[in-house]
Amino acid sequence: MSSYVTPDGRTIGDVLLEVKNITLRFGGVEAIKDISFDVREGEIRAIIGPNGAGKSSMLNVINGFYHPQEGEIWFHGKKRRAMKPSQIARQGIARTFQNIALFKGMNTLDNIMTGCFTHMHTSLIEQAIWWGRAEREEYRYREKVEHIIDFLEIQAIRKTPVGALPYGLQKRVELARALAAEPKLLLLDEPMAGMNVEEKEDMCRFVLDVNAEFGTTIVLIEHDMGVVMDISDRVVVLDYGRKIGDGVPDEVRSNQEVIDAYLGVPHD
Amino acid sequence: MSPDFLYAIEVLLNGLMAGVMYSLVALGFVLIFKASGVFNYAQGVMALFAALTLVGIMNGQVPFSHLINAVFGTHLHDFGWQVPALAAIALTAVVMVFFAILVEKLILKYLIGQEPIILFMATIGLAYFMEGFGDLMWGADIKALDVGLPKGGSLWIEENTVWLAAEGERFFGFFIDKLDISATIVAIILVVALTLFSQYTATGRALRAVADDHQAAMSVGISLRAIWVITWSIAGFVALVAGIMWGSKSGVQFSLAFIVLKALPVLMLGGFTSIPGAIVGGLIIGMGEKLFEFFIGPLIGGATENWFAYVLALIFLVFRPQGLFGERIIERV
Amino acid sequence: MYYREAGDFKTSYRADQQNFPIRFDRIHFWVMMVLAFGVVPFFINDYWANAVFVPFLIFAIATLGLNLLTGYCGQVSLGSAGFMAVGAYACYKLMTSFPDLNFFVVVLLSGGITAMVGTAFGLPSLRIKGFYLAVATLAAQFFLVWLFNKVPWFYNNSASGQISVPRREMLGIPITGPETAASTKYLICLIIVFVLGFVARNLTRGRIGRSWMAIRDMDFAAEIIGVDPLRAKLSAFAISSFYIGIAGALFFSVYLGAVEVGEAFGINNSFLILFMVIIGGLGSIYGSFAGAAFLILMPVLLKNVLVSGLGWPSDLAAHLEFMIMGALIIIFLIVEPHGLARLWAVTKQKLRLWPFPY
Repeated sequence: MSSYVTPDGRTIGDVLLEVKNITLRFGGVEAIKDISFDVREGEIRAIIGPNGAGKSSMLNVINGFYHPQEGEIWFHGKKRRAMKPSQIARQGIARTFQNIALFKGMNTLDNIMTGCFTHMHTSLIEQAIWWGRAEREEYRYREKVEHIIDFLEIQAIRKTPVGALPYGLQKRVELARALAAEPKLLLLDEPMAGMNVEEKEDMCRFVLDVNAEFGTTIVLIEHDMGVVMDISDRVVVLDYGRKIGDGVPDEVRSNQEVIDAYLGVPHD
Repeated sequence: MSPDFLYAIEVLLNGLMAGVMYSLVALGFVLIFKASGVFNYAQGVMALFAALTLVGIMNGQVPFSHLINAVFGTHLHDFGWQVPALAAIALTAVVMVFFAILVEKLILKYLIGQEPIILFMATIGLAYFMEGFGDLMWGADIKALDVGLPKGGSLWIEENTVWLAAEGERFFGFFIDKLDISATIVAIILVVALTLFSQYTATGRALRAVADDHQAAMSVGISLRAIWVITWSIAGFVALVAGIMWGSKSGVQFSLAFIVLKALPVLMLGGFTSIPGAIVGGLIIGMGEKLFEFFIGPLIGGATENWFAYVLALIFLVFRPQGLFGERIIERV
Repeated sequence: MYYREAGDFKTSYRADQQNFPIRFDRIHFWVMMVLAFGVVPFFINDYWANAVFVPFLIFAIATLGLNLLTGYCGQVSLGSAGFMAVGAYACYKLMTSFPDLNFFVVVLLSGGITAMVGTAFGLPSLRIKGFYLAVATLAAQFFLVWLFNKVPWFYNNSASGQISVPRREMLGIPITGPETAASTKYLICLIIVFVLGFVARNLTRGRIGRSWMAIRDMDFAAEIIGVDPLRAKLSAFAISSFYIGIAGALFFSVYLGAVEVGEAFGINNSFLILFMVIIGGLGSIYGSFAGAAFLILMPVLLKNVLVSGLGWPSDLAAHLEFMIMGALIIIFLIVEPHGLARLWAVTKQKLRLWPFPY
């Protein structure tokens, strides 16, 4: 099955990322056991599962914080060698964190500008003199960042130190920073955790818009089943480090093992 | 055995003794660090301050006499009495407790929850303040300290080790300072006492609880601030002991504050959270720097003791960042 | 309404990101520059140059350097004086080995050499963090001072073990050595400070500065946006050491003239520079100048008031200086960890609204 078009008109392309038989151990504990799944270009892929199922560990494997003992990761049809997170970022994988990881000493604008790091290339000397290339580059990316600021509707907090922002806005700024890297693959670790309904709706809209407008492939971890079933194209279900389900939301919803492990056995 | 070899052993033994002295200072660090997460750079100055206070009390000096004389044009110097050593030590201990309370009230209270590096820099400030304060209070001149500890080389050891070398060789037995021996004994007593205290008393248990997790400890009703006062008092007492030992050895003077610089590499080696680590680290550093100076020093110009400990600790840290006995640091993302 | 920014609108990103976005600040800055370059040199005498201006400018460079490393990149170093010694000895060796080399080139090269040494000592920062690193940098401090003390090659086998600066002229005016005029010393330092301050500002507002701050604020988050911690930390160490090396070269060649390494570059100077950074404000260019000025002026002031004014013995003043310095550090860390720079910003905020409370 190669590319196809979803009912809402988006084109889902070939496989962008494939994890094959990943096993990750911490000492004697197996956090992830022999997990494989793929992510297609342009798709929104959700990873769900109870606490401690290995979801965040999986993201950490994909963006290089953890190095799995076994298994392979294929990105863009090529097997990826062991790399540092910064190198993986250069390949076009960006992410956000479950506990917000913004740069507290900077304002919103600088935080998002930092996201452009991999695209900026002027040398130290040019930076030191600031005349010419370094300055032009700075303003070029400032313009791009302003687009993202407009897109996520955070114009008013442009120069506010991020530490002073409310939780929901911090999450949005973190998303903006990830977007500034113009990623091919965006990993979102519980982007809606701890938000109220309104904020969740906003965030859902942004995730869908990012996917639709920039064509960014998105992998997200989320606990809110309603959100997951609504916005994702396909869902992977993990439990105790194993994969117990994989497919379109409706398939997963009716999978008995998933219901037992995650959605809970109905009391009657 | 050849005299060269025996000299090397003598150097080794003296290194171990010096190491005990380093450990004494390092011990104070570990106590404070475990209980309050503060890396107390002022520990060395605390030893200096304690020793200054002890000498001052013993000699019946008038505190701040220089300042008073300068302001009021008087010529005060001392009260004209002598205080016996033990009473003076007890009084100094009280002063150190008072000091601990002040530190908690004036500094720590306001810095709860700050990053460790900020706390560290605050203690550098504290060190500067206390150094000036101690000198202002008791005067900056070098003072002799004699609390009645035995001094000089131990003849008994010399006589009983002469036989190690063959007849006619230039070797007169090991030279070991009695003061070093008493320091070793005191250090052992101190460590045993502290271990017993922290393992078998309620206060000790509270201390360990705070060391493990501040918030959890507070939630079961342990007063964090009281614990801090207690640890700083104990650290002050350890500083007093270190101050007595160092002060008896080389006089009470400004350079006493620099023993802190000797204790830092000991801590890096031993880990900041381990009492045995402080002891073993101290011994390794003491031994290592004396042997290095003995064998390598003459080849490269000597006075290597200034940096050897640091370079050793640095190299060691690169390979084992948590130190010899420190808890393994696991970073979670 | 002494201080106003109302009506100061920006129409381009360039205008929004300029050095002094507020017009009042811009005017203020240029007035200061005119005073510094155009007025002070005509009135400066030996006392003012040696007691205040020259040490202030030199320590401002060192403070800038350490602030780049500690304030911007978050790596605390206690080895600054050791690196200053590298700059000083590099300067001495270059001046004596290549007598025809232009003095400014020598100073630049000294900075470059120090940058290399600093990078080497920065390598452990990749494995160890926080105060472990701070303590590890003490290794640099002690080792370097010992090295310059013990290896005769560094001081050209001079009997005293000291190094003293040879006389050099530029355009017929003596610029180093005992005959140098106070105004010349001042101007040399001022020009270098101006250039280095400008460079520091540029580095911190662009890509590299942001990569440092990212490492400082949250190192793993910095990695996922593509910042290589190795490059960020080592570049911070290199540039910081470059600044400190230049400060050391000037300290030796322009300010002191003759140097004994243990005295001029002892650990107390390392702490002094760190204090300047803290009091001035971590992560602030302006703060680096404020901190250096404050800690250079305070002892001069104390000495004048207590010793000359009240007739106290000078050792008493020295003790008080220690106490005040220590107390200030603690107070600043408690009340305002961002130092004088933040206090100034708060004052501006107040002035903007004056005379209304809010």
